[in-house]
Amino acid sequence: MNGTIQAPTIEYGLLAPMLVVFGAAIIGVLVEAFAPRYLRSSIHKPLTLLSLAGAFVLTIWQARSGIPTKPAAMGAVAVDGPALFIWGTILVLAFVSVLLINDEGHFVASASAVPGSAEEERALSEGATHTEVYPLALFAVGGMLLFPAANDLLAMFVALEVMSLPLYLLCGLARRRRLLSQEAAVKYFLLGAFSSAFFLYGTALLYGYAGSVDLAKIGASLGAVGGQDTLLYIGAAMLGVGLLFKIGAAPFQAWKPDVYQGSPTPITALMASGTLVAAFGALLRVFWVALGGLEWSWTPIMWGVAILTMVTGAILAITQTDIKRMLAYSSIAHGGFLLIGVVAIGNQQQNASALSALLFYLVAYGFTTVGAFAIVTTVRDAGGEAWHLSRWAGLGKRRPLVATVFAFFLLAFAGIPLTSGFFGKYAVFQAAVDAGATPLVVVGVVSSAVAAFFYVRVIVLMFFSDPAADGPSVVIPGGTWAVGALATLATVVLGVFPQPVLDLAHTAAQSLFVR
Amino acid sequence: MHYWLSTLIGVPVLGALGVAAVKNELRAKQATLAVSLLVLVLTVVMAVQFSPNGDKFQFTEKYSWVPSFGIHFGLGVDGIALVLILLSAVLVPIVVLASWHEAEAGKRSVRMYFALLLVLEAMMIGVFAATDVFLFYVFFEAMLIPMYFMIGSYGGAQRSYAAVKFLLYSLFGGLLMLVAVIALYSIADKGSFMFTDLVGSVQDVGTQKWLFLGFFIAFAIKAPLWPFHTWLPDAAAQAPAGAAVLLVGVLDKVGTYGMLRFCLELFPDAAHYFTPLVLVLSVVGIVYGAIVAIGQTDMKRLIAYTSISHFGFITMGVFAISVNAGSGATLYMVNHGFSTGALFLIAGFLIHRRGSQYISDYGGVQKVAPILAGTFLVAGLSGLALPGLSSFVSEFMVLIGSYETHAVYAIIATSGVVLAAIYILWMYQRTMNGPTAESVRDIKDLNGREKWVVAPLIAVIIALGFFPKPLLDVINPAVTDSISQVQHVKQESVAQEGQ
Repeated sequence: MNGTIQAPTIEYGLLAPMLVVFGAAIIGVLVEAFAPRYLRSSIHKPLTLLSLAGAFVLTIWQARSGIPTKPAAMGAVAVDGPALFIWGTILVLAFVSVLLINDEGHFVASASAVPGSAEEERALSEGATHTEVYPLALFAVGGMLLFPAANDLLAMFVALEVMSLPLYLLCGLARRRRLLSQEAAVKYFLLGAFSSAFFLYGTALLYGYAGSVDLAKIGASLGAVGGQDTLLYIGAAMLGVGLLFKIGAAPFQAWKPDVYQGSPTPITALMASGTLVAAFGALLRVFWVALGGLEWSWTPIMWGVAILTMVTGAILAITQTDIKRMLAYSSIAHGGFLLIGVVAIGNQQQNASALSALLFYLVAYGFTTVGAFAIVTTVRDAGGEAWHLSRWAGLGKRRPLVATVFAFFLLAFAGIPLTSGFFGKYAVFQAAVDAGATPLVVVGVVSSAVAAFFYVRVIVLMFFSDPAADGPSVVIPGGTWAVGALATLATVVLGVFPQPVLDLAHTAAQSLFVR
Repeated sequence: MHYWLSTLIGVPVLGALGVAAVKNELRAKQATLAVSLLVLVLTVVMAVQFSPNGDKFQFTEKYSWVPSFGIHFGLGVDGIALVLILLSAVLVPIVVLASWHEAEAGKRSVRMYFALLLVLEAMMIGVFAATDVFLFYVFFEAMLIPMYFMIGSYGGAQRSYAAVKFLLYSLFGGLLMLVAVIALYSIADKGSFMFTDLVGSVQDVGTQKWLFLGFFIAFAIKAPLWPFHTWLPDAAAQAPAGAAVLLVGVLDKVGTYGMLRFCLELFPDAAHYFTPLVLVLSVVGIVYGAIVAIGQTDMKRLIAYTSISHFGFITMGVFAISVNAGSGATLYMVNHGFSTGALFLIAGFLIHRRGSQYISDYGGVQKVAPILAGTFLVAGLSGLALPGLSSFVSEFMVLIGSYETHAVYAIIATSGVVLAAIYILWMYQRTMNGPTAESVRDIKDLNGREKWVVAPLIAVIIALGFFPKPLLDVINPAVTDSISQVQHVKQESVAQEGQ
């Protein structure tokens, strides 16, 4: 043993989906370095889409060939039922977001040029583009895949950074309203760095308590270690802060509206769907696997966070005049609804049903969100997207189909029956009532009613107001059209025939997280 | 296995898709009329085969929808649901005919209006035919959306305010009901949402009270019962006349139907406990609605407030827990649909001619438009329950039935009958009698289409006034069954007090 280092066992087969994405990202970087400028875009587009599709196929293949019962890669990564389901969801949502990225005109010509400077003019006239967005997006997606699957806190921290750093950068690359975009990037970066520091400090404290960063070992040590409870509680709280920040739960929600507003809309779509799904996966793993034995301590706090998140999101959304900020607050409120599912724990069977409810909700919400942001990209003024809500007035008369589809997404967010959002909410509420969290469900229901107000307000604007004389034009590039169609289809199908996806989520959740 | 009810839901849905796809507006209207008449014929053919003393639910269908949650696409009708489906099926073609030129004044698509109308018809039939509590909830919420767009896109000046108010009130009630639906499912623990599986599954009285409130508030907002009524005058006054008829005539009946079907049968102990409260609210509603109606200056708002008074009678009948009152209330739901529908439509014709909803802008209309005025009078007299017209029978039954069990409430409620005479006759006097106002001198009497709209309504009002027996025969067994559980509870509590 002395002097010899044993090579770690890595189950490459199990990690294949992640490796494909990371591999493609690295090839993307090489393309940036070596391929001539005019070729880059036409290499990146198929490469990115193919790698995501390939990773998805591998995920499906793995799910079909049997779900492993042990963590992989020396216990660092857990490729279990929930992880595979989340991977599949993230990969599809990322694929769809990349379709949005593919359509021209979202990204800055030259990020280093000062907004409004001659340099920027030149870059614009040359038609320069930042094709780096493709490898950056792939790295972010790779991080999203690792984050919910990480089985020890260090791997999870690495995933958190791999996911976040490219996103910080991507946020600052919007073509229009560049100052806002750069402001968003700086805010996101600073606050994100803080939250990462919290996460890391929490990891260190828990290591001090349990002597391990492995989630299962921390979970096992909960009853066994005595006299170190201070370390445990502070460590758990800090981990919680780091994770809740990524979800955008109140009181750590402040970054969300600014970042969603400033980022290029396709990136907002990727963050609002993919990051949320990944972060919930990680949150569940930490709180259910590592801190499962501590539930009496953290559930009351999580109750409070859930209530605060739902109420904050729903109420602050009412006053928004920017469509993307409104969707950001709506996303905060939905984060709160999802947190209801996180506290709906009990015995094994109850946990499985809460988990499958959450997984279904994440799929339903992810698709509708990407669809909604896709529509946001199509409604344009001379200066880019028509961000101010008043510009959307009368869209129903100008472009009935676009307005109808957007209204449909909003109704899905509001949770009207026969849309996917309804069954998502229903599943989570049902699990919570079964777990005895009925008061939380009542708060959830009241927040839904408040939230319905601002969704409906947009519908009123679009359909019941007269269009302005110089209203925005609607431009629907091919990729965006496909995204809109796919998201509509998903929202209808999950709202009318949810059973197949429910079955899938149920199967994925059956064995819970591996330890 | 029958396919009657799924056909009745499917035909208008397919019709709506077809109407939305037709390019020609006239063709779209004709198609809508044809589809709604087809639905009417099918409904009548089905209704004839209904055997009043047969099974509780007939024409049942049951398909598994979402097995994970125990949700079925379960359909079936008893006497109560049957007459309400008949009411919907009769009203829709009339509304289609009445709305022939409705959407043209607005700026939005005519085809859309008629497509929404057919979607709404499918959902109205679905909500009454659902035998699965969850399916009922789905229809209950989903039917808001077409009505919301009908008010918001095609209504009067304040339409978007009214539409949003309508939607948010109903949605809020619906969400409270959702919590109760989920809790009911959890507590019953039968793994099924079928109504027949859930009846009698909640034994604990404390739990029943909470669940009862969850359902009841949703229905009270829908009905609307005082003090949850404030959305109705706005919505009804701003909605286009045709939509107002369906809103007040059918959609609001879902509230009273829900009380009778779900509140009483699922939670009999809680229903018994809350009876005094509901009766007080009903009586307040009867008197309050009538007094406020007298003070209205806007014709459509006036009619809306009379409905609040009438809904007070219906809820009183439902919660009086006597067979007479219950059957009367159910019959009242039907009669109110026809007589208020006629009032709204004829007032709508008048408003369309003059362009004003205000009573003060009219006067002496009967000299220039005698048929319009005459039919308005008949509808109004039915509204104030004149003997020989339909509402009389039902109002009388409600009052007699309530007197049997709750005499004091019945006596106070009777004042509503007197007040009804004031608001109807005073409105008639101010608009139709007296010297002809300058502004209405040139208006024309009802044209051929409008006569076809009004004639069936007046015919039904008179027919049901003299011969309500066929409907009552269908209603009675179902109502008896519905309230028997609460009567049982009541007898038990009386017996306990006696000991």
